[in-house]
Amino acid sequence: MNIPKFMGYRRENGKVGIRNHVIILPLDDLSNASSEAVGNNIKGTMALPHPYGRLQFGEDLELFFRTLIGTGANPNVAAVVVIGIEPEWTNRVVEGVAQTGKPVEGFSIERYGDLKTIERASWKAKEYLQWASELQRTECSLDELYVSTKCGESDTTSGLASNPTVGNVFDKLNEMGATTCFGETSEITGAEHVCKERAATPEVGEAFMETFNAYDAIIKKFKTDDLSGSQPTKGNIRGGLTTIEEKAFGNLQKIGKKGKYVGVLKPAEAPRGKGLFYMDTSSAAAEAVTLWAASGAVVHLFPTGQGNIIGNPILPVIKLSANPLTCETMSEHIDLNVSPILKGELTLDEAGDQLVDMMVRTCNGRLTAAEALGHREFVFTKLYISA
Amino acid sequence: MIHFLIHEKSDTVGVATVDIKSGETAKGLFMDTQESIDVKALKDIPLGHKIALTDAVPGDTVIKYGHDIGKVVAEIKAGDHVHIHNLKTERW
Repeated sequence: MNIPKFMGYRRENGKVGIRNHVIILPLDDLSNASSEAVGNNIKGTMALPHPYGRLQFGEDLELFFRTLIGTGANPNVAAVVVIGIEPEWTNRVVEGVAQTGKPVEGFSIERYGDLKTIERASWKAKEYLQWASELQRTECSLDELYVSTKCGESDTTSGLASNPTVGNVFDKLNEMGATTCFGETSEITGAEHVCKERAATPEVGEAFMETFNAYDAIIKKFKTDDLSGSQPTKGNIRGGLTTIEEKAFGNLQKIGKKGKYVGVLKPAEAPRGKGLFYMDTSSAAAEAVTLWAASGAVVHLFPTGQGNIIGNPILPVIKLSANPLTCETMSEHIDLNVSPILKGELTLDEAGDQLVDMMVRTCNGRLTAAEALGHREFVFTKLYISA
Repeated sequence: MIHFLIHEKSDTVGVATVDIKSGETAKGLFMDTQESIDVKALKDIPLGHKIALTDAVPGDTVIKYGHDIGKVVAEIKAGDHVHIHNLKTERW
């Protein structure tokens, strides 16, 4: 098999990235102001403000650290400056990111104040940026990639064409030996037993069902009406979707026809090894893509029907659509138009080849529509209230 | 020109890619085998909606994506519009 090559960044731990970001990572909400000031001082670095990091506890706190450390550890990131209000949790993030071998340093605000912190952190950010600017891309191959997928603003063109196009690419990537991942636990409702059967082993299938049932229990606990009236949605029905099973199978088209998932990941957990993985994620686009970025994914395939415009600060999101109206009226958001499938003018396999080609171009440095438009949605998944 | 697409050879419905008018002979394309099929539409089938490829009676299942997507609750003839009036989820 001919595995396409591209020019990427091979990091200290051997992982391959396609971007070379130097990020300023606030530990907590209080540190956003100084992080953004550093990002503003040192042009070419990027601050990633977010609203959390205080008085979280238990599993919610573990997920918070996994998300923050994973973001810094992502191979699309060359170096990291961490700023936190106090040293202890700041150091926990620094030590987590340092395990990758990449340059990382932490600064805490207490005993210094914002202004001295901004000055100290800016010097380090400048050093990292200039160092990173001399890193060279080297030849990498597609099987070294970790690729995630989710869809958004789906309609009947998603199930018909854009989702199966991603499925075609996932089949190709899995055959090459790449790492791939899908999630969206809520959108599997109605096809969960078929999804369980797509597991590589009965144990993995059971692990999926356990995750699914835990989600289902939360829905039953908090729902205010009978979901049979809202799934599929009235809009789905108007568009021609009749049953929840039909909607779920349309969603599952993204994992392809052949691949069997070899592992079940917690939110933001990095996959160990190659092949197709399932991650427990929300179906809300920005939350889910942030979790995949934190798990180490370096490129994301995002089919959309009506036109979801999401991006991520460090994980390039490639948008494809088969809806001709979306491709025409929102063309600045769409990287690949696969609507000719609907006319029978393009086969799924040909569309898959086009998407692989767009992925290789993106890996080589082509900015996605979402990157060019500045979509940097960085949204943490919060499991419950803070203390 | 084609009027509808079918995901897999085993499917019992196709999905309209244009508005199909009652009485017209609609041409469908199987996306896996690239074979085509002609079905005379018995009803208007709006874009994105399903057209029956075979007859079915209550108790049968409808197959799309190669999977059971629900149970038939009213008789369906080949060329019919398949939607909430003759197809229901198996779940609720």
